[in-house]
Amino acid sequence: MNHHEIRELLHAYADDELDLVNVREIEQHLRACDECRRIEEQIRALRHALNNDAPAYRAPARLRRNIRAALRREAKATERNFSPWFVFATGAAFALILFVFVFFQTNRASRGNAIVDQVVDNHVRSLLATHLVDVASSDQHTVKPWFDGKVDFAPDVHDFAMSGFPLFGGRLDYLDGKTVVALVYQRNKHPINVFIMPATGSSDSSPALSNRRGYNLFHWTRRGMEYWAISNLNEAELRQFIALLAR
Amino acid sequence: MFRLTESPRLSEFERKVLPHLDAAYNLARFLMRNEQDAEDAVQEASLRAFRFFDSFRGENSRGWFLSIVRNTSFTLMKKRDPEEMNVVFDEELHSGQVPMMDAGIALDRAQDRQTVRAAIEQLPPEFREAITLRELEGASYKEIADIAGVPIGTVMSRLARARRQLQLILSQTK
Repeated sequence: MNHHEIRELLHAYADDELDLVNVREIEQHLRACDECRRIEEQIRALRHALNNDAPAYRAPARLRRNIRAALRREAKATERNFSPWFVFATGAAFALILFVFVFFQTNRASRGNAIVDQVVDNHVRSLLATHLVDVASSDQHTVKPWFDGKVDFAPDVHDFAMSGFPLFGGRLDYLDGKTVVALVYQRNKHPINVFIMPATGSSDSSPALSNRRGYNLFHWTRRGMEYWAISNLNEAELRQFIALLAR
Repeated sequence: MFRLTESPRLSEFERKVLPHLDAAYNLARFLMRNEQDAEDAVQEASLRAFRFFDSFRGENSRGWFLSIVRNTSFTLMKKRDPEEMNVVFDEELHSGQVPMMDAGIALDRAQDRQTVRAAIEQLPPEFREAITLRELEGASYKEIADIAGVPIGTVMSRLARARRQLQLILSQTK
């Protein structure tokens, strides 16, 4: 470092803000340079004067009191209504409500989807395994009594041959973990499976259409019974049939 | 109704920040240059610090508090005395060279504290800030840089110029 650079660093030197290497170099220079030594002495004299005369101000007691009072007011105003406990309790309540809502929604939705898949599977299986019916009869008075003692409910069984949907028979099937009644109708070689089981809820719902793997499905609830009707029949004709059944 | 204690936030603030009230007032007093404005600045800064206390995560509560005091003071200064901010210390007027006098003479002249205070008050605001923090509060260059929001190099040059000017003022004081 030259003389000029050292002069720039004399303040940092006097303030003990320099590393040891720079301190050594500056001390070496100070021994040789009168001008720098005088500047350095002036800095130290000034620092001495500032520290000795203690010109620092101290906070008046009045200010201290005012600030404490203002802080207390501020703390009360902001924390009375929004204490951490209150915020926590409110947040927890909202989170719980949201969780319950989402849980039941997804549960309902996934249950609905699972049942639709089961209905389709049951329908397909009934066609494949030549196990369409356990009791083959177009006579509703033969089919209905057949279920007695096999399920714990009595399904409505009607033949709609007059309207072009003859009853083909009935069988037991398994849906949503329960034994259910399956009625089979026929429309121009298109079989229609109708699954009947006791409804979990009590409210009636009108037939709602859905499609799955090329099949048309209707689902409704009526007088405490849940119905699933499925067929590869076109939607318009299946709707005619549903109208008869859900009458 | 859900409160269990008397604001733990307030007692933590009182424990961590209020011990630095003297330093805060000293800085504000030299920046504002009068009692009333200094008290206003510190009071406002304290409330602001309390409101933002949740955002304070560091170790250095003094530096954190002083930077709020400093910013509040500068804002207040601009509002109450817009001229002050534009005053540039006239180094030409105070002729560039410090007279090569005996260090002891400067010391004698600066004996009484009012002289020193008055001399500091003649400096521009940024220099008053640097001198107050360094000489009266013993802050390091790094701390001053953090409080004033400038690089360390700027702190160094401000201090050097502030001291040169102080020496000039004191050497001319009778």
